[in-house]
Amino acid sequence: MSEEQPWPLWEVFVQPRRGISHVHAGSVHAVDATMAVHNARDLYTRRGEGSSIWVVPTEHITASSPDDRDALFEPALDKAYRHPTFYEVPDGVDGM
Amino acid sequence: MASTECDPHTHARYVRRLGDTALVLSQRLGELVGSGPTLEEELANANIALDLLGQSHMLLEHAAQLAGDGATADSLAFERDEREIESLLLAERPNGDFAHVIVRGVLYNAYAAPLWESLLDSADSQLAAIAGKARKETAYHAEHANDWLERLGDGTDESRRRVEHALQELWPYSGEAFMADDVDDAVAAAGIAPSCATLEPAARELTRDALTRATLDVPESRWMQHGGKQGRHTEQLGHMLTELQHLARSHPGATW
Repeated sequence: MSEEQPWPLWEVFVQPRRGISHVHAGSVHAVDATMAVHNARDLYTRRGEGSSIWVVPTEHITASSPDDRDALFEPALDKAYRHPTFYEVPDGVDGM
Repeated sequence: MASTECDPHTHARYVRRLGDTALVLSQRLGELVGSGPTLEEELANANIALDLLGQSHMLLEHAAQLAGDGATADSLAFERDEREIESLLLAERPNGDFAHVIVRGVLYNAYAAPLWESLLDSADSQLAAIAGKARKETAYHAEHANDWLERLGDGTDESRRRVEHALQELWPYSGEAFMADDVDDAVAAAGIAPSCATLEPAARELTRDALTRATLDVPESRWMQHGGKQGRHTEQLGHMLTELQHLARSHPGATW
């Protein structure tokens, strides 16, 4: 009886259209990167959600700690001068 | 490309055979729904089964129209008996273990891929359109099956043993598609379909490539099972049809 190893876990990012950012769609288990792309295609693009798929081994994702949330993100909330709200976006400029 | 005319009945029968094979294989894959080895394979398999069902629907609908006898895709799928269904024997092979499912897929796709490619030039424009769509689906099915074959063949001792066993069992069913009968000859002469003789080398090469990448030996035996295209099936098809047709036959004409 061979020793069972769970398949590695991968995080899946799907790009809906060219020029738009890849968005995290979920995760898949797969034996390797090629199969991870296949599995992501089967699980996360059944309804025409995407035109490109990225897969990354979950272990390679470094996430910010929830404990640091205040220190990392709160100072940005009351600095309105950082927002580009004082510019007028011309007509015909897409994707902003 | 067309040289001689083909009578509509023969033309319809050729298209119907393609639809039958897709239907039977789809049904086989449908039997696996709910028992995939992993969630990912469960989805992959279901997607493939649905693609094949879609192909079957388009093909049987087209065949029904060509025959012009009032049949529909549904009546063809649900009201015919084994002797009337002319699917390839390969499609009705039981699922067995995962290696069997994959090897069956590899062998079928190696035939289907060059088939759709050739049918793009069919004198039957509707069939060419169906082939255009099916081609992309089959390209993905082939990638899926071939990638798995590689990992199973070049994997553990157990996976290799199972794949070799599946290959020995299924190999005799890999040649029927290329054994031409009158129907095949007639549609080839009319430019509706590629001849079996031109199809076989391309398919065999694809199979050889897939097996070689999986570090597997190509079986040498040449004797091939046949008869499916003429309605002579193995016992398994009868059991499968019972499940496939039971609901429709119990409630004829039902809709929802």
